[in-house]
Parts: sequence; C-alpha cells; structure tokens
Amino acid sequence: MIKFTIDGVEVEAEEGQNVLQVALDNGFDIPHLCYHEALEPYGACRLCQVEVTRGNRTRLTTSCNYPALEGIKVQTGTEKVMKARKMVIELLVARSPNVPIIKEVAEEYSVETPRFTLEDDDCILCGLCERVCREIVGVEAISFLGRGSDRKVGPPLEINPQTCIACGACVYICPTDCIKVEENENERTIVRWGRTLPMKKCTVCRRSFAPWFQLDYFGKITEGIPKDFWDKCPDCR
Amino acid sequence: MKSINTPQELEKIRKEIVDGRDPEKPCIAITSGTSARAYGSEKVIDTLRAELKRQGLTEKIGIRITGGQGFDEREPLVIVYPQDILYQQVTPKDIAEIVSETLLGNRIIDRLLYTDPHTEEKIANKDDIPFYKAQTPYIFGNNSNIDPTSIEDYFAIGGYSALAKVLTEFSPEQVIDIIKKSGLRGRGGGGFPTGIKWESCRNAPGNKHYVICNADEGDPGAYMDRGLLEGNPHSIVEGMMIGAYAIGSDEGYVYVRYEYPLASENVEKAIEQLREYGLLGKNILGTAFNFDIKVSRGGGAFICGESTALMASLEGKVGEPRAKHIHTVESGLWDQPTDLNNVETWANVPLIINKGVDWYTSIGTEGSKGTKIFSLVGKVKNTGLVEVPMGMTIREIVYDIGGGIAGNGTFKAVQTGGPSGGAIPASLIDMPVDYDKLAEVGSMMGSGGMIVMDDKTCMVDIARYFMNFLKDESCGKCTTCREGTRRMYEVLDAIIQGEGKEGDIELLEELSWVVAEGSLCALGQTAPNPVLSTIQYFRDEYEVHIKEKRCPAGVCKALITYSIDEENCTGCGACKKVCPVEAIAGEKKELHTIDPDKCIRCGACIAACNFDAVKVE
Repeated sequence: MIKFTIDGVEVEAEEGQNVLQVALDNGFDIPHLCYHEALEPYGACRLCQVEVTRGNRTRLTTSCNYPALEGIKVQTGTEKVMKARKMVIELLVARSPNVPIIKEVAEEYSVETPRFTLEDDDCILCGLCERVCREIVGVEAISFLGRGSDRKVGPPLEINPQTCIACGACVYICPTDCIKVEENENERTIVRWGRTLPMKKCTVCRRSFAPWFQLDYFGKITEGIPKDFWDKCPDCR
Repeated sequence: MKSINTPQELEKIRKEIVDGRDPEKPCIAITSGTSARAYGSEKVIDTLRAELKRQGLTEKIGIRITGGQGFDEREPLVIVYPQDILYQQVTPKDIAEIVSETLLGNRIIDRLLYTDPHTEEKIANKDDIPFYKAQTPYIFGNNSNIDPTSIEDYFAIGGYSALAKVLTEFSPEQVIDIIKKSGLRGRGGGGFPTGIKWESCRNAPGNKHYVICNADEGDPGAYMDRGLLEGNPHSIVEGMMIGAYAIGSDEGYVYVRYEYPLASENVEKAIEQLREYGLLGKNILGTAFNFDIKVSRGGGAFICGESTALMASLEGKVGEPRAKHIHTVESGLWDQPTDLNNVETWANVPLIINKGVDWYTSIGTEGSKGTKIFSLVGKVKNTGLVEVPMGMTIREIVYDIGGGIAGNGTFKAVQTGGPSGGAIPASLIDMPVDYDKLAEVGSMMGSGGMIVMDDKTCMVDIARYFMNFLKDESCGKCTTCREGTRRMYEVLDAIIQGEGKEGDIELLEELSWVVAEGSLCALGQTAPNPVLSTIQYFRDEYEVHIKEKRCPAGVCKALITYSIDEENCTGCGACKKVCPVEAIAGEKKELHTIDPDKCIRCGACIAACNFDAVKVE
C-alpha cells in the first residue's frame, strides 16, 4: 500500500491509482468534469488541480492523472488552488453559461459574471463521450475534430458515424446532457451524431429493444453464445 | 552503386571520390533552398545550364546546386570557383555575363558584388563579408560545400566518418558519456541536456527503442531547421544513427512539418542513397548495428512540435499532447522508450564525435556549449540564418552580423523564442545569448528565431500577434489554454482597437497566471510569455494605448491618423493615384489632404510619396 497525505490526513492507495480517485474515495470533494473512474484520466478540464509536494518541490497539478506516490503531500484548498479553480470555472462559464453542471460548479465556488463575452456552447469538450466509445464500447464512432476554439466532437468527416451501435453510452456519460437520444417502435437516433438505426423486435414480447446493428456487433465480439440469445429482449431471456 | 560493408570500404570510396575531383576545376555554385527558389533560383540554374551547353562548356565547368547559405535575403547567391567570388541577387539576365566575364575572363562584375553599407566597399570573397566573417558556421558552413542531393558530396567532406568511428571504437555507453561531457543541450528550445536524455532512454526497460528527429519547426520567423534539412540532410541522419547506436534503437523517424516539401524531399533522397550504398538495414559497416529510418509528414499543426503530440500524430492519432508524469524516454512512440531530438541537436552530434569534447567545450559559455543557429529577421539590414558561438552578445549579432537596423529606425527590442519567448529591450543589448541568461530576463532561447524590432514596432501589437497565433494553434484539449489564450487575445485586440479599459493589464496578468500554471503542455505553459515580457519592459506602451488611445509606434490602425504635411507636400498627386479608397483630394501643385473618415491607413501613400509629406500620429 502507498501511504500519503491529503490536507494533512493520511490515506492509503494501491499501485497505479491516481490522486483524485483516492481523494474521492476518502471523502475529499475535489471538483472534476472530465474524469470518470471507468475511463483513462484525460486531464482536459483542469478543474481537479491541487498542490502536490514531492520531496522539496511543490507544484500545482491536475489530480486525475497524478500517480499516488509514497510520502507526497496533497493540498486541495490552498490559495493557489482556489485561484486556479475559480479562473478555470470563470472561463468555462463564459463558454457555457447555460449548462446546468457549469452553473452548479460556479455557484459552489462563488464565481459570478465572467469578465469575458458570454457564448453559449452546450459542450465543454470533456471527452467523456469519445473515451467511453473508444475504451469501453470499442467502436470509436466519434473523435475530436478541429483545433483550438474550433475543437468539437463528432464522427469522421462529420457524416453518419459508420461504426456507432447506438448503445447510448455517450448519452449516459455526458455531464452537460447535450447528447440526446430519440426512440420510437422502429428506430433509435443518437441526435447529436445523426445516427439512426432500425430497432429489432423481441420474438417473445414483440417490443423493440435494441438496434439490429448493435446486436450484430455484440454477436461478433462474444463467444459461445447461441444465436437465438440475441432474438429475445433482456426481460424475456 | 557498390555496397559499403566495412569502415575500410567507406574510406576507400571517400578517397576515390576526392581523388577523382579536381579542386582547380572551374565550378559555379548556386544556392537553391526554399528562400532562393522564392527569388527564382530555379530559372537561374536553367539559364546557366543552357548557357554552358550553348558554349560547349558542359564538360569543362562544374555546377553545384547547394541549399541555403545563410544570406537568404540576397539569394540566389552564385559563387564562382576557384576564384571564390560571391555574387548576390543573381537573375537569369546576369548569367551570360558571369560565364564570359568571371568564369572565362577572370574579371569581377562589380554590380553583382556585396556592398558594405558603412564603408561603401565592394567585397568579392564570402569570408570577408561582415555577415559571414563574424560567424562560426561549424555546422551550417557545410551547406556551401555540398549538393544536398549527392551523398558522394557528403562522403567527400568526411561524411559518416563519425558513425564509422562510433561503431568501431566506442561502446554505446561511451558515446553517451561523450555527449554528456560535451554539454550539448536540446536546440529545439527546451535546452535539456542531450546526454542525460540519451542515458535515460537507454536505461528505460523495453526491447524496442525509437529515435525521432523533430522537424516540425513551427515558430513564426524561425527556419534554421529547414536550412539544415534542405542543405545537409545527411548530417542529421548521421547524428540519428549515432544516437540510435548509443540508445539501443534500430528504428528512427524524421517527422517533417507538412509545409517543408523540399526539406522532406531531400531527407528522403538522402535515405534512399544511403540505402543504395548498403548503409541502412542490417549489419551497418559490417557491425552488429541495425538501423532503418522513415520520413513522416505532419498535417499542418504547430502543436505537433510538442513531443507527445508529435508521437500521437506519428501513430496516426489526433495530434494532441498528454500529461508528462511519465516521460517519453520511458514510454513514448507506441508506448516504447523513445528519444526525440531537434534537427539542430542531431546535426551537432557528428561534429562532437569528429572534433572531440575538448574542442567542442572550448566554444560557448559555462552552461551553454557549442554554437547556435539563429534566424536573424525583422528590421535588420542583413536577414538570414547565422551561426554563432553561445555567449555572443545581442549587440554583436544584430550589428556586426546583422549590419544594424534597416532603414532609419532605432533599435527597440529583440524577440527570441518565438511564441514561447519574450522581448528583450534595447537596454539589455549587451547581454550574452545563452540558455540561462535568456531565461533570466524573461525570455528563452527557443528554437532560434531572433526578430529584430525598431521604434516603428508596436509592442502591444506584437503581443497581440503572438496571442493570435497561439489561440489558433492551441490543440484545444485543456480549458486553460483553449479558453485562456483566446480571451487574452480578445483583451489585446480590444486594446489595439482603442477599446482598452482600466484593469486590462491586470486581467492579462491574471489570465497569464492561470494559463501558465494550469495548462497541460508547454504551448499553454509558455503562451503568456510574449504578453508578460512586453508588459514587463514596455508597460508604458500598454498604458498609452489604454488611457490615451494612442499608438506611439504608429502601427495600430484604429489609433493613428494620416495627414499631409503642408511644408513638404509638392502637390504631385502621387499619393492620390495610389489611394485604394479615394481618400485623398487635391489639385495639381496644390496641398493635398486626406479624409480621415475614408482613410484605412494602408500606407500606400507613404510608400508613394517622394517628399516625406505623409505624417502618422
């Protein structure tokens, strides 16, 4: 076990863990937007910054991708940390003033009207959708496109994402709720990416439960499952 | 092409080539790197070939096409051997005369010679020209002696003798020791000790190690690496092979920015010719050393000069950096230990091996050994690539080599380190140029761009320029850089438009802090430098823009007015003719006037007026 301190409190971690996860597990409330424990840390939002002292060097660093190391001293609320946190929030509010989670974080840290012209972007470029699609679902249907202020997430060439199985993982994981899914008896659409897939109906209860394309994909990546398994919905299996 | 299988065979081929060349044979060398081509060098070359053919001289006269030879604004340069006469700014019309007068008639053509602006003296030999005289071109000088597309030329000047020496006389650890002792530091801008980097990479666990040449050179105004890759690609490849041997790598990549087609082409040719001679692949020179190398092209992104972004791009992924808690020497390209070095760093390696550590450490300062190639550009008389020992002062570079300020301006500042660097004011002109001294004054060495500025340069506009570049080149991954740089640009743009507010400087300083402290990679971490250093040394200029809505340098269009001086105006009408918006009125021989509402401050009237009658305030 790796032993270190957070705000003077001794904590324990396993090899390979990052400081943010250890902090959250121990009840320390470090704000974060682009981190999810099921995915590789990305380090994009910069909200999780803390001060870490290692040896005789102290630096401001993101905690989501900083490794838990023996003897480090982590501080989550120093003057520097608060200054950085508030400015990051101010920049995010200026970009996305109408996104609920941004408004929440702004209120929590008393960030008021930004000193910059307000825009109205519904996406904060946290990359959670891109990462869940690549790392967990494994279809890499969407990626980051463009650069700088033109950066956005979307399918290659911004056309119908060929590998998307409309599983909705991106819809679920998006913190700003800007990826919507629409569904009827016959088809499901992931609205933001423009992906519409026809739905398969359960042979037992006759209700549509998943897109054909998605079930074909699951069939391809699994072994030893009888083909008729994919003909029934989870309730009827 | 015979395969070279041992160091002895290499020496034999070298001797054959040298012996087969007559040093007294008349030869004309023409520069034809990208700068020269922009001035039409290819047509000059065609004209020369045609002229020699016409006179039946093709067998008797040698032609050597070289890369850039440093004096870029005077190219195409033509050097006639064996007299060693240098002609500048040669056009196709001059060729016939050069052949008949100088080549055959041994007479000098005065009008094509370089004229010293201070003494009015005409100088015929390259080494006597002040621009060249004050330099120490140990690396860049070879551009003059070879055709970059001829490996035989490179053999003739001793090429690959350093590699042969390393493979037969030193162990990899000894090579690392040599580079450590030389004090060589990364020439790409970071200045990290190269020997230590090589050592960490060699010691990193893993059975596949990579070496990479970073040829993404993105700083605006900096083109040293281009000059080296175009003019002497083998020097880089040889350096990489020595490094690969030291690190335990058998595979290398040269990542060239997309905007350098000639550099990429010449490196590819060099690799091809090396392969034809059997000097790539397995058992190089009959030793156990295997190595192969490929060129990879960038896609047009400044961020891909950052090592982790470069490696992502090389792997075919989106070119964006990652946090460097684990260094690339341990886990880089395809998660393997990778050594990445800059073009100029690699070019230093064969030099150090050939001339030895004692010689190399005798050049430069305590903390910065060797030479540095700078691109000396901006408001300076002699524009081009210059190689000087570390520790030479800014004054010496700008005045002795650069010839001083062009036009009738006064020296105001020098910008080093590109968008990651800072402005150094005239008061510090006697400071030595070395890694640590430049960092001390709030700038940095950077890749070598050195932009000279005069009193007609607006430092607020300079800060705005760099911020504009940075906001466009930010990959956009992290909030602080993506949002911070463009908000900083917005504040600067408002200031130069005359909409600056009290508190803007403080806001810029605050944003600078969070962008520098909070960004993921060095692009963001150093982005505030041009702003912070201009505020540090030219704060009063910012304040005049904000409080008085005035631009002292006469640059910011929204804050200046053009008017015509009653005393100087002769009523010639030249200004009226060139004005693109018809803002000038006046009868012949009478005082002309500019309508301030129509005037767009384009400067066409200033250029057209022969009587200095257009005032800017």
